[in-house]
Order: sequence, then C-alpha cells, then structure tokens
Amino acid sequence: MQKFSAFELFKQGLNGQAGWKPQWRSPEPKAAYDAVIIGGGGHGLGAAYYLAKQHGMRNIAVLEKGWLGGGNTGRNTTIIRSNYLFDESAGLYDHSVKLWEGLSQELNYNVMFSQRGVMMLAHTVHDVQVFKRHVHANRANGVDNEWLSPEEAKAYCPPLNISDNMRYPVLGAALQRRGGTARHDAVAWGYARAADDLGVDIIENCEVTGIRRNGAGAVEAVETTKGLIRTPKIGVSAAGHTSVVLGMAGVRLPLESYPLQALVSEPIKPVFPCVVMSNTIHAYISQSDKGELVIGAGTDIYTSYTQRGGLHISQHTLEAICELFPAFRRMRMLRNWGGIVDVTPDRSPIVAKTPVPGLYVNCGWGTGGFKATPGAAHTLAWTIAKDEPHPINAPFTIERFRDGHLIDEAAAAAVAH
Amino acid sequence: MLLITCPYCGPRPELEFVHGGEAHIARPTQPEALNDEAWTEYLYMRANPKGLHAERWRHLHGCARFFNALRDTTTDQFVVTYKTGEARPDLKGPAA
Repeated sequence: MQKFSAFELFKQGLNGQAGWKPQWRSPEPKAAYDAVIIGGGGHGLGAAYYLAKQHGMRNIAVLEKGWLGGGNTGRNTTIIRSNYLFDESAGLYDHSVKLWEGLSQELNYNVMFSQRGVMMLAHTVHDVQVFKRHVHANRANGVDNEWLSPEEAKAYCPPLNISDNMRYPVLGAALQRRGGTARHDAVAWGYARAADDLGVDIIENCEVTGIRRNGAGAVEAVETTKGLIRTPKIGVSAAGHTSVVLGMAGVRLPLESYPLQALVSEPIKPVFPCVVMSNTIHAYISQSDKGELVIGAGTDIYTSYTQRGGLHISQHTLEAICELFPAFRRMRMLRNWGGIVDVTPDRSPIVAKTPVPGLYVNCGWGTGGFKATPGAAHTLAWTIAKDEPHPINAPFTIERFRDGHLIDEAAAAAVAH
Repeated sequence: MLLITCPYCGPRPELEFVHGGEAHIARPTQPEALNDEAWTEYLYMRANPKGLHAERWRHLHGCARFFNALRDTTTDQFVVTYKTGEARPDLKGPAA
C-alpha cells in the first residue's frame, strides 16, 4: 500500500502526481472464502478490515451489488454523536466515537472527522426535561453532554434564531462537544484500502441472489451474479435490504425499510460552525467542508425501496430550517436524494448471531447508522470471528424482542423516526 | 406527492393519509395461549418485501377510515386499494 504522507505527496509532485496507484484491487471472486461480508458500505468494509486486522482472517471477501459506499454510506448527513439515553446505547455509540477519534491515523486515510459539536435544540417544556435527563444519563455513562441556555446556544451557533416570535421558540439546547461530522466517502474508501492491503477481496457489482444452507441448517455458500462462492460464515451489512438478504436464508426480522431523505444547498463560505438538530420541528443541519449546507430530517411515512421519497417531506424540513435560521431563506438547494433505512421497533440496532449457524447480521440502524460505522464494524467482526458477541454488542440481539429486553431509544433518539 | 385512491372517497392527495403498517396481521384470538415466539411474530416480525406489499392506510383527513392497499415498494405505485375485511387480491405485481 502506498502510504499517504506529506513527504509522499511532495515526492509524487516531482513526477506530476502521476505515480499514484489504485487504492484497492478489483479481483474476481475466488471459489471459496473463510468468511463473506455482504454489503460494501462503511459497516461491511469496516467489518472486513477488523476481521483481517484483529482476528487474522485474511481469506475473506466483501460483496457489493453496486459500488463502494453507494448506499447509505453515501446518502446520510454524516452526523456523529453518542448522546443516547440507555446504558447499552451509550456503550455502543461511544465505542464508535472513540474509534472515530483515531480512525484517520489507524487507516492512514483522512476521514475528516471534525468534532465541531452536536447541538440538540429544545423547543418545549417536555424537550427541556427530556434533554436534561439525557445530559445526566450521558454523564453517568462517561459521555460528554451539557445543557445550554438559548443565549449560550446562540453564542455557540451564531446563525441560530432564538427570538420568541417563532412558533416553537428555542428554550435551550444539549451540546455534545465530542460530536461532529466526517467525510462519508472517505470512511468507505479508507476501510476498503486498508482491508485490501490485508488481503481482503473487495468485489463490486456482485449481487447476492441466494444463500445456501447445508443439511444441518448452517450456511455453506452464497449465490451471486458472479457465481457460487462457498463460505462457512456470512456477515450481512445490507442496511435497507437486510430483510431481503436474510429472507434468502429463511430468517424473518423485526425490520421495516423507509426512505430517509437529505439535501444539500449550493456551496457558500463558512457560516455554520457546528451541527444543529431539532427533534420537535424536525430538521438537522451542518455545513460540509466544501461549503454546502447538509440538511436532513425524519423518514418518509411509508415503507419503500425507491431511494427517493416525497418532495413534501423535504419541504417540511426546509420550512423548519428557514424558521431556525432565517438567513438561509434565499439559498438554493442543489441536490436531494433518499437512502433506504431499516428501522427496528425500538429504534436500536441488531448486531448479532442469527438462528442460522454461520450467519451474522448488522442491521436496524435506522436513521443513525453512519455515526456507528467503526463500532458496528468492530463488533460485527468480533461476533463473526468468535461466534459470540463482544460485550458491547451483546444486548443488541434479535432475541431481545422475544424476551422483552428492548433498548427503547424510539423516544430517546434525537430526531423522530 | 402520491395520489391515493380511498375505497370510500376516491382519489385524494397523499397528505390526507397516514400509513398504518403491514396489513392482515390479525390480533390473536386467544392471547393467553400464545408462546413467546408467536407473540414476537405478531408484535414485531414484518415481511418488509421488496415488491408488492399489502399494507394498511388511514384516510385521516377525509373519512378517517382504515383500508388496505397493495403497493409496489420498488416504484411506490399503488396497484389496488380495497376495504378492510376483504381478502388480499390475488395479484402478481411488476416486481413480485
């Protein structure tokens, strides 16, 4: 692997930057692997990287039906935070934030992780009570979170409208300073490059069409558009398509897939220093390093696989943005798109073994999977390698729905799903 | 915005409706007889198909009644809507 460094950049500059090689190979699939990951987004590529790096499994492959990071990895608003209410969630999401903090160094790839702070606005007395409860719960779990008055919130984010002539005036905010954003593509590419360097085969344009099980019920192969691939272990990180993929192995899941839309404005000079989220009036916003305002909100109302969503949903989001940040009223939006998110009844993910031996699943991240990319990948890899969960993802089973041990972040998450 | 045909009121804009999740999930007639697996199946497990989906809708800002629809989740096209209590129409959708 060509290491990226200032010296290497200078050296390549002497040759007109013509000496850079492709960052990963494009191999044809082998007949068999020790493990196969389905889904070439950040979660799947990361799992392959940690399998190879920490568990010594080098004879593995990542199968991606489209291109790397073309699903939800490339369709989210890149917000990273760990201010979740329950102990189990705080453990999993803060595990991710800690991995984010060292990820660029670990991968020798600048994922542009920027801890610019995530500020969640309270607009009602109920919001204030809930967020203060979050602040206390987070601190008890070692997760930073602090309460700000409207004036302090305005000082942290100057474009914010804290006047009292709004329909839902800002009554305060919860700020997680360690939260922020990262460059979504770079996460997929960085993991892909590092995994490839460890011998992982990354196979794009290879859709899984079936999962074969042996007489004992365990997985033995995946059928793909590039032929049959034998493997005793399959990890599925297929986001919105998880129900479809696990259906091939006869596994039913408590998932429903919804479109989640996002949009970006035309690029402008730096005006927006942090991430702002509002649950009550339904919007979140940050500014990318390219200058675009990145805007999102809740899911569409019906299940779908279309990767589009209704225009009136985006309009509702933009109305909220214009109310909170009147300065943006005359801005033009450049692009909008949808990703398909798999939502569980308790809005917490599933990173676990399945009833089928050799089949592992990482799904149910709903609207908040990007922030968890390193943690999900790390714990999925652990679960695949050891055939048992890491203590951090142990509570996030499928069986919790049977046993009543829900991790009910539905009301606790920042944005209504 | 989609145009949705309420079986009682006719075609109306999507904004008048709310989505009610997967259809034809009947409440168990003998809840006390169910084991944990059957409860899980009833409460949480969903088909989530890529293709034809039988689902409940409610014409909230109209007649306020529930009805069912077959919709193709790959295109969002409503293939047919029908009244609650009627059987799922035997159709093979474009992607089913």
